[in-house]
Amino acid sequence: MSAETNEVSSRALLSSDASNRSALERSHLDLETAEKPYLDSNELIINMGPQHPATHGVLRVILKLDGERVLGTECVIGYLHRGVEKIAENRTYTMFNPYVDRMDYCAAVSNGLGYCEAVEKLLNVVAPPRAQYIRVILTELNRIASHQLWLGTHALDIGAMTPLFYTFRDREEILKIFEKYCGARLTTHAFRIGGCQYETYAGFEKDVNNFLTFFAPKIDEYETLLTTNRIWLERTKNVGVISGADAIALGVTGPVLRASGVKWDLRKAQPYAAYSEFDFEIPVGTNGDTYDRYLVRMEEMRQSMRIIEQAVSRIPEGAIMGKVPKVIKPPVGEIYHSIEAPKGELGYFIVSDGSTQPYRLRVRPPSFVNLQALDVMVRGLLVADVVAVIGTIDIVLGEVDR
Amino acid sequence: MAEEVKTPDPTPPLPDGEKKALVEKPTAEKPTASGEPAKPAAKPAAPAKPAGPVPLPWTSPMVEKYRSQYGSGLDPLTYLGQNYLAVDRSLIPDILRLLREEEQFDYCVDITAAHYPKREKQFDVIWILYSFPRNERVRVKTQIADGASIASSVSIWPTANWLEREVYDMFGIQFDGHPDLKRILLPDGWKGHPLRKDYGILQQDKEWVQINLGIESGQ
Repeated sequence: MSAETNEVSSRALLSSDASNRSALERSHLDLETAEKPYLDSNELIINMGPQHPATHGVLRVILKLDGERVLGTECVIGYLHRGVEKIAENRTYTMFNPYVDRMDYCAAVSNGLGYCEAVEKLLNVVAPPRAQYIRVILTELNRIASHQLWLGTHALDIGAMTPLFYTFRDREEILKIFEKYCGARLTTHAFRIGGCQYETYAGFEKDVNNFLTFFAPKIDEYETLLTTNRIWLERTKNVGVISGADAIALGVTGPVLRASGVKWDLRKAQPYAAYSEFDFEIPVGTNGDTYDRYLVRMEEMRQSMRIIEQAVSRIPEGAIMGKVPKVIKPPVGEIYHSIEAPKGELGYFIVSDGSTQPYRLRVRPPSFVNLQALDVMVRGLLVADVVAVIGTIDIVLGEVDR
Repeated sequence: MAEEVKTPDPTPPLPDGEKKALVEKPTAEKPTASGEPAKPAAKPAAPAKPAGPVPLPWTSPMVEKYRSQYGSGLDPLTYLGQNYLAVDRSLIPDILRLLREEEQFDYCVDITAAHYPKREKQFDVIWILYSFPRNERVRVKTQIADGASIASSVSIWPTANWLEREVYDMFGIQFDGHPDLKRILLPDGWKGHPLRKDYGILQQDKEWVQINLGIESGQ
C-alpha cells in the first residue's frame, strides 16, 4: 500500500474509533484487550474465498488478522475474467450488444442502456422519445430488482434470512415484466443501438402500474424487518465507514458515495436518456456507514418508483427506433459515455477506426472501482464485519472481472 | 469501381448520420446498371463516414492558460462535445497534478490505453477525469512507445492503483512510482498482455494452463 492510501485508511479508522462504538462492540474490545498477550503474537494471514458464499461469487480476500481484528486486506480478482474488452474488438457493434448484459448480470438493462447510448453518441444519432421513455422505465425497474437482490443477500450475510425470501418473491414481478417485454428475465438484451427493438406489449402500462401499487407497501415491509431491528443496527451502524473525501479520492460512486454525504447522481449531474424530464430526489446519507448505505438504497427504490410512475403515465407516441444505418460504422473518433448504474458510474470508452468493429472498447465498471475501497473500509473491524462490508459495497464479480 | 470514384463527390457535404442514410439509397440502385452484386454496392457509402465530425480545437480560459505555459506540448481538442488534451508524455505528471490541484478535477474516473501497432509510439494512454465542483469531464491523452514507462498517478488519485494495474496487465505499460504494480485480472505467472493488437483472440498462455490447470488447453 502506498503512503497515500495508508493515510486515507488511518483517517477512516479514526472516524470509526472505539469511542463512538456501540455497547456490544465495546464489550468485544474489552475482551480483546484482556487477551492481548496471546493475540499480539499471533498475526494471522487467512484466505477468504474464492469459494465463499459471502463473497457473492468468486472473490478472494486475503485477510491479515490480529486475533479477530482486521489489519489489512488484499483482494484477488479475475476468476471470472472472460476478456469482454478483447471480445468487443472482434465483434461488430451490434454483435457485441448482448455481451454487455453478462457483466453486471443483476442489472443487465442498465449495461445495455450505457452501451447503446455510447454507440449512439459516436454515431451522432438520438433515440426517439418513446424509446427513451421505455428505456427509463425498464432501467429503473432493473435498479429496483438489483437493489432487491442486494438487500436479500446482504441481509442473509449478516444473519437475517427472511428478507431474502421477501425480496426474491417481489423481484419475480419485475422479471415477469421483462420476460413479457423481451422474452428474457435476466440477460435481457432489451435495447438496440438507436432505440428499442420491441414495441411495448398490450397491457405493459397496466403491468407496470400494477407492480407499483404492489411494491409500494413491500418496501415498508422490508423496513419493518430491518430498519429498527436491534441486531441489524448493531451489525451495520458505524461498520465500514468511509468519508466523502476518501470516497471521492478512491473513485467510489453510486449509493456508496451518496451514503457518505456526497449528493451526486449522474441522472441529475449529467442527465442522459429522458431523466431530465422527471422529478426525483437523490437520497444521501451522513455517516457513510453500512446502515446509511442501506437507507440510501431503500430510498432509491422509492425514488425509482416515482420515476417509473411519471414515465409510464406519459409515454409519448411515435417511433421506437432512430434513423440508424443497417451497417453500424461510426466515424473515426472516440467517445466516453457513462450512466448511473445501480452500483455506480458505468462508463464506456469507445475508439472507432471507421470500421464495423470497435477498435478499442473500455468498460469502466463501478463494482471494480468500488471494491478497491474495501481495504479502507474494513481496517480495524472484525472478520464478521468484512462480510457485511463486502455485501454493502454491492459488487457483482461478473462486472469486476469482465 | 465506377461508383467508388463517383460517390466521394456527393458525400463530403453530407456529414450527418441521417443524411448518410439517404446517400446509401442511390448507390443501392446503381448496381443493376453496372451489373455488380449487392454487397460491393454497399461499400461506396463507407468513404462518407470519415467525412463526419472531426476533432476541433478546444478553447477555454483554463486551456489558454496552460497553452501559453506549455506551448506545443499540449493540444486541446474537442470531439462531439467532449473535451480532451493531447499531451506530450514528458508533461503528463505536471498536467495531471495541475488538473487535480488547481482545476479541481478531483475524481479520476478511469485510466485506460489503446494499442496502435503501426505507429512509432504504439500506445495511447488515456485518463478520464471529472470535477465535482465544476461538473465537467476532461480526458488527457498521451502517446508512448512500446517498452516506455509513464508516471504513476496513484499519489494524485488513490483510485489509480487498480486502474493502472489493469492497464499494465492488459497492455504491459509500466507505471513509474506505482506502489505495487502487478497483474490484477490475469494470474501472476501469465505471459503476454491480451489487449495488445498482436495478441490473438484465441491466444493463451498454454504453458501456464497446462501446469496450473492440468489440462491440454483452455479452449
